[in-house]
Amino acid sequence: MADYKMHIMVCGGSGCRASESDKLTQNLDTALQKNGLEEDVQVVTTGCFGFCEKGPVVKILPDNTFYTQVTPEDAEKIVEEHIIKGRQIKHLLYEDPNAKELIPDSKHMDFYKKQVRLALRNCGFINPENIDEYIARDGYAAIGKCLSEMTPEAVIEEIKESGLRGRGGGGFPTGLKWDITRKSEADQKYVVCNADEGDPGAFMDRSILEGDPHTIIEAMAICGYCIGADKGLVYIRAEYPLAIERLKIALDQAREYGLLGEDILGTGFNFDIELKYGAGAFVCGEETALIHSMEGLRGEPTFKPPFPSVSGYNEKPTNVNNVETFANIPVIINKGAGFFSQIGTGSSKGTKVFALAGKINNVGLIEVPMGTTLREVIFDIGGGIKDGKKFKAVQTGGPSGGCLTEAHLDTPIDFDNLIKVGSMMGSGGMIVMDEDDCMVAVAKFYLEFTLDESCGKCSPCRVGNKRLYEILDKITQGKGTKEDLDKLRLLGNVVKDTSLCGLGQTSPNPILSTLDNFYDEYLAHVEDSKCVAGQCKALMQYKIIPDACSGCTLCFRNCPVGAISGERKSPHFIDQSICIKCGVCYEKCKFDAIEIV
Amino acid sequence: MPKIKLAEKTINIVKEICAKYDNNEGELINVLHNVQAKLGYLPAEVQELIAKELNSSVAKVYGVVTFYSFFTMTPMGEFPISICMGTACYVRGAEQVLDEFKRQLKLEIGKTTEDGKFSISCLRCVGACGLAPVVMVGEKVYGRVSPQQVRKIIAEYQDGCPSS
Repeated sequence: MADYKMHIMVCGGSGCRASESDKLTQNLDTALQKNGLEEDVQVVTTGCFGFCEKGPVVKILPDNTFYTQVTPEDAEKIVEEHIIKGRQIKHLLYEDPNAKELIPDSKHMDFYKKQVRLALRNCGFINPENIDEYIARDGYAAIGKCLSEMTPEAVIEEIKESGLRGRGGGGFPTGLKWDITRKSEADQKYVVCNADEGDPGAFMDRSILEGDPHTIIEAMAICGYCIGADKGLVYIRAEYPLAIERLKIALDQAREYGLLGEDILGTGFNFDIELKYGAGAFVCGEETALIHSMEGLRGEPTFKPPFPSVSGYNEKPTNVNNVETFANIPVIINKGAGFFSQIGTGSSKGTKVFALAGKINNVGLIEVPMGTTLREVIFDIGGGIKDGKKFKAVQTGGPSGGCLTEAHLDTPIDFDNLIKVGSMMGSGGMIVMDEDDCMVAVAKFYLEFTLDESCGKCSPCRVGNKRLYEILDKITQGKGTKEDLDKLRLLGNVVKDTSLCGLGQTSPNPILSTLDNFYDEYLAHVEDSKCVAGQCKALMQYKIIPDACSGCTLCFRNCPVGAISGERKSPHFIDQSICIKCGVCYEKCKFDAIEIV
Repeated sequence: MPKIKLAEKTINIVKEICAKYDNNEGELINVLHNVQAKLGYLPAEVQELIAKELNSSVAKVYGVVTFYSFFTMTPMGEFPISICMGTACYVRGAEQVLDEFKRQLKLEIGKTTEDGKFSISCLRCVGACGLAPVVMVGEKVYGRVSPQQVRKIIAEYQDGCPSS
């Protein structure tokens, strides 16, 4: 990297790629060549910058200029204006939505100011397809240190001291898990990386694998050294083709450098990694189900004990950790347990990556110290609610978590606090909702998901969730009664208490938490047949207010089903039998002449 | 369902894939991934063949195929349309987009149009939440899709593949 004077970092994460960032990279290369600059300026395809809302994202080093929503057509301008003439291109700079001013570089963006990036330390900084760039940022130093200076016990002790807890949702102390697996006697043991990110709306693991695959390889090897395993397996979603591709490239490079395979770094330690593909089953995030799936079976969970640490893959002791958990390991080894444990709260150390999405200005991937409040995440980093609407709820923990309200905004985020307020950390999905979201419909949406994903093995989950769904459906149709609300709560608790695995034990959480926090909304549905947010279609009608309608025909022209009729300059009319309640007319009307009743 | 007779070529493809994984029953999911990538779907007859090759039971193969949402027993359309139903897309109106696709193509989820051109399925998060709601047609990603854009997207494929 030393010869280049400037670097143009282009985000090559899935989100930005979907907006043609790969074409942008090509165009940048072409423009550099045209100007004879290919020896001075390097274009680097990196992993996710996290600022997905305004992708594709481009950052120019050394001056840290941060360009957003860059199109392939902008390539030439970037080279001619910025690289050659040294002038920033104003219209590509990020505008702070609140202060309404252009931000010249990433260091001054609120989005990045409060973040502490440990697990994501290399995402957006290095080319994930080049092992040398990983090594240049202390990559593979941790495995070197472990193998040459530390005993497995000492490494485990370090991890224990750091206070690292599993980032996949369970929050089990990682050092302790390694210790148990180490102490299980067997001729063969396995290290498994759980990259089956099933929570819809969460993409932390994918971004780490796409942006920094070597860190996972290194951490798995360290784990192998500690527990006495020479074989690692990554269970990855087949829906993540880019992550798979980059991981494969990284594995080949690591083998070539002697960092995987036999006699690693001349220490006599052997370790190699194989990929196993998921096939779309949320329950496979549960470790016993995941192991069955790796064995080629249906991904059904089994009773614990025996825990996988004692009897897992092929009935051998197996240590299963999540991607983000692994990504923290090299940091702890390199910087020490003390560095890691000083970040965070009493019971939750370090940082947590969240996938911030929904009705928020800055959708993206963020990493904050444990103990950061929801308010800081949503309003400072996330930039507040989209279109100036009112914040209503934030859902954490995916289909297993709960919906929190304004009253919880000042709760410091950590494993225990979130459980205390009726939600959970989960793997790190964080979906923000505004006044237009009906909480009953949201609960129904999540339940539909769990219903779909329930493996069917135990009846509380298979049958209980179905009944819960039917009651919710009835309520959203306006046919619910007050007794139904009590039934929901009772049955929800039964499913929670009696299901076999984590999926069923947490599936009623979205219902129970919305019942607790938004009971009035449920009541409005069953007593007044009203959906306050105007989302439950059966409970609403779009109507044109004749006095307010100017007859501009805008709604008439935009209605996708032709349900609106009327002459120019005279009030229009919506035929309720044709209307599909899509809301287009409501959005388009410039005279507020359409009401929801 | 009427039985179909597998072509010699298909049989060889399946056998080759099974052999690549040493006819190991434990590699069933990898085998299914590979076969579906080649054939586009996993009809009952192919499952029977896989069971035989891996020395497993048809019930087990069928059990696995139907358990995982990635595997399908019906052929997808020439232009498979996938609507992301992840939470981020849902709260930004993915359901209305899905309804519009269903209405325009007169198609249910998981079904294919009679001319074999389009099929509709739901995805669980492509991970492009910044672009929500997201629709994929084949490999191409459409971001921030509104119900009004649906007609235009379908039209792009109506007469074959779009130029870009």
